[in-house]
Amino acid sequence: MINLSIRQMADMLTTKQISVQELNGVYHDRARQFNDRTNALISVYEELCAREVMQAQDLLGKAAHPLAGIPLIHKDLFCTRGQTTTCGSNMLEHFIPPYDATVVSRLSAAGMITHGKANMDEFAMGSSNEHSAYGPVANPWDLSRVPGGSSGGSAAAVAARMTPVATGTDTGGSIRQPAALCGITGIKPSYGRVSRYGMVAFASSLDQGGVLAPAADDCGLVLSAMSGHDPLDSTSARRPGWAWQKPESADLTGVKVGVIQDWVDGLQDEAIKQLTLQAIETLKAQGASLIDIHLPHADLAVSAYYVLAPAECSSNLSRFDGVRFGHQTAQAQNLEDLYRRSRSEGFGEEVKRRIMIGTWALSSGYYDAYYLKAQKIRRLISDDFRQAFDQCHVLACPVSPELAFKHGEKADGVSMYQADQFTIPASLAGLPCLSMPIGHAAGLPVGLQLIGRYYDEQSILAVADQYQQLTRHHLQVPEAFL
Amino acid sequence: MSVIGADWEMVIGLEIHVRLDTNSKLFSGMKASYGASPNSQVSFLDAGLPGTLPVINQKALDYAIRFGLSVDADIPDVTVFARKNYFYPDLPKGYQISQMDDPIVGKGHLVITTEDGEKTIEITRAHLEEDAGKSIHDKYDQFSAIDLNRAGTPLIEVVSEPQMSNAKEAVAYMREIYTRVTHLGICDGNLQEGSFRCDANVSVRRAGETELGTRAEIKNLNSFRFIEKAINHEARRQVQILESGGTVTQETRLYDADKDQTRSMRSKENANDYRYFPDPDQLPIRITAEMISAQKSRMPEFPDAKVRRFVAELGLKKDDAELIAHDQAMAAFFESSQQASQAKADLNAKFLLGEFSALLNVQGAVIADSRILPEAYAGLLDAMADGTISRKVAKQVLDEMWGTGQSAAQVIKDQGLGQISDASALTGLIKKLLEDNPDQVASYRGGNEKMFNFFVGQIMKQTKGQANPVQTKQLLEEFLNE
Repeated sequence: MINLSIRQMADMLTTKQISVQELNGVYHDRARQFNDRTNALISVYEELCAREVMQAQDLLGKAAHPLAGIPLIHKDLFCTRGQTTTCGSNMLEHFIPPYDATVVSRLSAAGMITHGKANMDEFAMGSSNEHSAYGPVANPWDLSRVPGGSSGGSAAAVAARMTPVATGTDTGGSIRQPAALCGITGIKPSYGRVSRYGMVAFASSLDQGGVLAPAADDCGLVLSAMSGHDPLDSTSARRPGWAWQKPESADLTGVKVGVIQDWVDGLQDEAIKQLTLQAIETLKAQGASLIDIHLPHADLAVSAYYVLAPAECSSNLSRFDGVRFGHQTAQAQNLEDLYRRSRSEGFGEEVKRRIMIGTWALSSGYYDAYYLKAQKIRRLISDDFRQAFDQCHVLACPVSPELAFKHGEKADGVSMYQADQFTIPASLAGLPCLSMPIGHAAGLPVGLQLIGRYYDEQSILAVADQYQQLTRHHLQVPEAFL
Repeated sequence: MSVIGADWEMVIGLEIHVRLDTNSKLFSGMKASYGASPNSQVSFLDAGLPGTLPVINQKALDYAIRFGLSVDADIPDVTVFARKNYFYPDLPKGYQISQMDDPIVGKGHLVITTEDGEKTIEITRAHLEEDAGKSIHDKYDQFSAIDLNRAGTPLIEVVSEPQMSNAKEAVAYMREIYTRVTHLGICDGNLQEGSFRCDANVSVRRAGETELGTRAEIKNLNSFRFIEKAINHEARRQVQILESGGTVTQETRLYDADKDQTRSMRSKENANDYRYFPDPDQLPIRITAEMISAQKSRMPEFPDAKVRRFVAELGLKKDDAELIAHDQAMAAFFESSQQASQAKADLNAKFLLGEFSALLNVQGAVIADSRILPEAYAGLLDAMADGTISRKVAKQVLDEMWGTGQSAAQVIKDQGLGQISDASALTGLIKKLLEDNPDQVASYRGGNEKMFNFFVGQIMKQTKGQANPVQTKQLLEEFLNE
């Protein structure tokens, strides 16, 4: 039951082999049962929303609705009307939004049933899910290790099959890296594909909502339903909608895969390197032609990102001032003291660090040297990708330079920033990208990243699905959670 | 103390804030009307709730473009919103969305007229921005109150070059901008409600010097009278400082109208570093040729052009033309009535500025909501022009029209007010008059020409003013000189 794809579940629901209540009951129980061990969820809904269940049954009664009745977990920075939305922060411990994020309302309209909200690094800042006011998340493959971040709760919940699918957000790798470390598939769509309305902002020019699930096919179905232009988000692309089409065969003949060879060669972890090369060989064996790609400015990406993302975050998080909502200090002497104490008490260390970096990068006298220079690098990197895509359809490269590390192993936030070196470039260029499982090293999952042309989610999902038609890495479930 | 003008010159630049008269706010669909009960016009975005996003109000863009065209300004192909970051309780997001590098209106200019003649003042730029909420500090003992109704309402800030050299020029410039924005229909022009307010940058330097002196900025002036006083006061203060060997501090000052003095609000050292950067929640906005031409077609004729046309084409006296052209509603009334009437424009203007304005005054009404419509008024003008009634009787008819809503023709007919233009009737009366007053006739014929008016007066008296004065005079001359 727990390794059924969304299509299989939908089929069983439509043919009444299982009811909406039964299917959701299974996952409801698993979510509650395994949350003690994983701490993947910040809130597990006591009862399923009756309206959502009715909606699902209604849809199932009519025509084919691939998502009706399918259980779902939202990362806890998607605003859910009437349900606490914490962003993993003390600042929003009691924040109950009066509205749904567009992603939430679209998936709910598609008949999906929300089971709870996933743990995350505070305000989506972190790569280990250790920066959460609600405690660290354990990687289901080894509970002493991190699941990655910031969508670590979403990834761990899917890996432990506490839910068949979860939403996540990705700013510099926050979907792909935890998907890789937890052995599942995770896609960050093109910037503008998914509405950011109701998604609490970290870095607005980079943030994108996406999907984490065992298989690329699952991701494609859910992503199709949540994407499309939204008049409430000026950065959402005014382009025609898209519906994921699952390839019929695993044949990759005619597909040109660009391999970012120097990233693969540079991998320090020999096991990750070998699995990566093997996966690329498999694509070749399926008929793909391989092309060696070099991105000349990609090594500047991490530096540029850690100027731009903190700059935006320093401004985006100004609204948490203790005046209207969120944490308010109990002992303010005056207005400035109210701000200082509310923010000092409400935010965790990593968030404060990034607010400080960003504030500094934007301050008068430094703006040109940092923010503007970083923007230039961002354009150069986009150009690198544009040239690469003159030669190939999709790019293949590593996701994370390392396996899931132990909790507390990286005490200092800055040393963690390099973990994002392979995920950040595509984020800066706003390109669609995903991570798919390609095997295990020392019992820990390894992922391969596929990057596509702007707005071509179909191609990367197709290649991933075709790979998954021949492999079973994405169907592995840690023994303790079977 | 030395004299400003002889020993010292003033340099003044103005930043004028124009509240755009749109139905909704700049980035939210919330109503933007003035005077609603506190916090009753606040959307989730206006309150700064996390996850909400700004969506530009197209009308505000159009209005800003329309203003730009009215001052012959460059309208760029692309305009960009930027965030101005600072903390204040009436600024819910912790930043104001404004514009920095790519404002919607570029360099422009306009001509002002003062006693010294005409002068061109250059406009540096005009940008769109959202207003902040309102802090009320004097309503409660222990607390400050915040009203967010105003938060997010659209403004354009019009920045002039420092090219005004006395307070009178500053007032003339401010009036010229005021005339434009009200004639353009983009601002309601309500000074008391803060729809049009101004910051003045004032500095002084010794006559003949070319370097600018240190300036002080006087904030929030919302009356043409106060701005003149405030500038003069501030210039005197600076001259006093400089003449006693001191230096002027760059600072922001507030004008106290009751005491006629300015006082320091904050100095440059304490000024905020606003950390401007492009708003990542919005893409750059493309200004199309269609958007510009749509606004061009809505460009009204401004008073100066109207005056020229009234004088050249309609033959009005310049003074009359000025008075009518500067009152938008009166000019509209004048033009529609003139179109519907055969009367000379000069008669129309004289009567409109004289009798009609007097009536409005008595009734406490404004011409925009006159109970007599331009077409009905045209009927009255025609009755005067064709000699049916005299101007004196016309005043009486006008009053009656106001009271009853009847047409001029109807009033004249019902009340028998038509002039006696019948030559035979008048001839009879005149013959009789001359027979009855032989002494006066002799006196006139003996050279006392003043006696002529006696006869005119007698005829008017006998006919209760209904005798056609022109014809009466003609006939009198005939009989007296025969």
